Amino acid sequence: MKDLFAVVMLLGIYSLLSASFFVAMDAVDVAFTEAAVGAGISTLLMLVVITMTGRSEKTTRHKPWLALLVVVFTGGVLIYGTFDMPYFGIADAPIHSHVAPRYINESMKEIGIPNIVTSVLASYRAFDTFGEVVVIFTAGIGVMALLSVGRRPEEDEKTTAINDSMHEEYLVIRIVTKMLIPFILLYALYVQFHGDFGPGGGFQAGVIFAAAIILYTMLFGLTTARKVINQSFIQFIAAAGVLLYGCVGIVSMLNGANFFDYNVLASDPVAGQHLGILLIEWGVGCTVASVMIMIFFNFAGRREMQQNNEKVNNIEGDSL
Amino acid sequence: MIIGLFNDWVVVVLMMIGLYIVIAHGNLIKKIVGLAIFQTSVFILYISMANVEGGSAPILAEGIKQFSNPLPHVLILTAIVVGVATTALGLALVVRIKEAYGSIEEEDIQHLDNKTQDETEIQATEGDQS
Amino acid sequence: MDIIINISGALFLLIGSFLCISGGVGLLRFPDFYTRMHAVGVTDTLGAGMILIGLMFYSPDFLTFSKLVIILLLTLLIGPTTSHVLAKAAMHNNLMPKLQQEDNIKETSSSNY
Repeated sequence: MKDLFAVVMLLGIYSLLSASFFVAMDAVDVAFTEAAVGAGISTLLMLVVITMTGRSEKTTRHKPWLALLVVVFTGGVLIYGTFDMPYFGIADAPIHSHVAPRYINESMKEIGIPNIVTSVLASYRAFDTFGEVVVIFTAGIGVMALLSVGRRPEEDEKTTAINDSMHEEYLVIRIVTKMLIPFILLYALYVQFHGDFGPGGGFQAGVIFAAAIILYTMLFGLTTARKVINQSFIQFIAAAGVLLYGCVGIVSMLNGANFFDYNVLASDPVAGQHLGILLIEWGVGCTVASVMIMIFFNFAGRREMQQNNEKVNNIEGDSL
Repeated sequence: MIIGLFNDWVVVVLMMIGLYIVIAHGNLIKKIVGLAIFQTSVFILYISMANVEGGSAPILAEGIKQFSNPLPHVLILTAIVVGVATTALGLALVVRIKEAYGSIEEEDIQHLDNKTQDETEIQATEGDQS
Repeated sequence: MDIIINISGALFLLIGSFLCISGGVGLLRFPDFYTRMHAVGVTDTLGAGMILIGLMFYSPDFLTFSKLVIILLLTLLIGPTTSHVLAKAAMHNNLMPKLQQEDNIKETSSSNY
């Protein structure tokens, strides 16, 4: 398939299908994340990049026999390896006998929230999650370092003028979007705070929140969105989320317990766990949301700069 | 029952599709798409391992005895979000490569690189002769 | 009372699934982009709406019922809008509705971004 647009759309559909597969496999939290991230944000980012790099793939002449050979060989070896795997769905597989029974049986007593995934994510394996949040933060910084462009203020007025004149064209979708965005933000907050009881939590809430802002940016233009949400403010929030997460760990250390041991945060261990999980989910949500917005702003800003350069080049070419 | 390994075979097939795209296609965007497919196959491997026959989603409630294993769910949940962050980083690199070389095809980039290398070598030898 | 609720719920579900199936058939059988989009638009709003109403009859408590109502309202709002945007993007890319021409959706839905 040479049309990259179709490739990216098919990837989005594939993500959505795998999300429904995750629901069938009882992994509701994972399905939620995959639907929001895989089918939503990553498809969107790829579409933005395609508008910058061109839609069609060049045809290659050489035949990929060697690649096919390597792939078939590796696949054969992997399939040979699967014969040692436990069968699908049996309850006494090795994976179910190590720490999982403890999480399932003891987490209600120790943590006191029904959603085991959240309690494992934010309490038992909080250090792991901290690492992931730092990875996301680093990726945000990396994208910013690669793509951020200095803005020239005199161009802003022109672009706003263009945006206002285009309001007629996008009338229906703009009005519907304006109606929907408050609900999306509200839903993100619901997901953020309902993560203790049902599927949800900081990661999903952050992505949904970012999706609302990205929707606004797509329809009303980057300049308007930057007026609503200041970019340096977003960068500050991204750092503050990681800081909040780390601080919770340090506070529990100062109170005489281990890093990320929330039992000492309040007089009652279970209440301490509740407080710790709440704060940590806030940190995760803030970081994920602002990093996603930051990434999209940088891509869109780069695209705008390229388009402006093309326009300038065209005008110069005409005048010559 | 040999069909009990079916989930692993699906994972292997998906993984190999992703690997093939990464190896055989020169277009950098397609390589990233291949990586995404590879990534999703790993997610499917973990999640299908966590499944227990007759189990339910790991949210404690009255009257449910059997739960799926929550640990792989946690690992994959974070992996998905990290995956999109790394994908974004890869796409940013693609954008910069496009700006620097004017193309995102692997062959073109190699061709351009070789050409500039040859030119510098020629210049160097000419400088020696003079 | 129970039997009336059950029967009417089943009726709504049946109508909804019929509309969805007819939309799918339309997507496969219609000749060009605009007619196909029309088929899918019907499925999105009316078919899904009917199924949601049918599910409302079967909802065990008020919480589920109200969630279904919210989903219905959002579907009614979003479905027509997406159809509108798709059609607009197709027009924007100079795709004329032609019955003779066997076009493909890939080329048309490009720059609705």
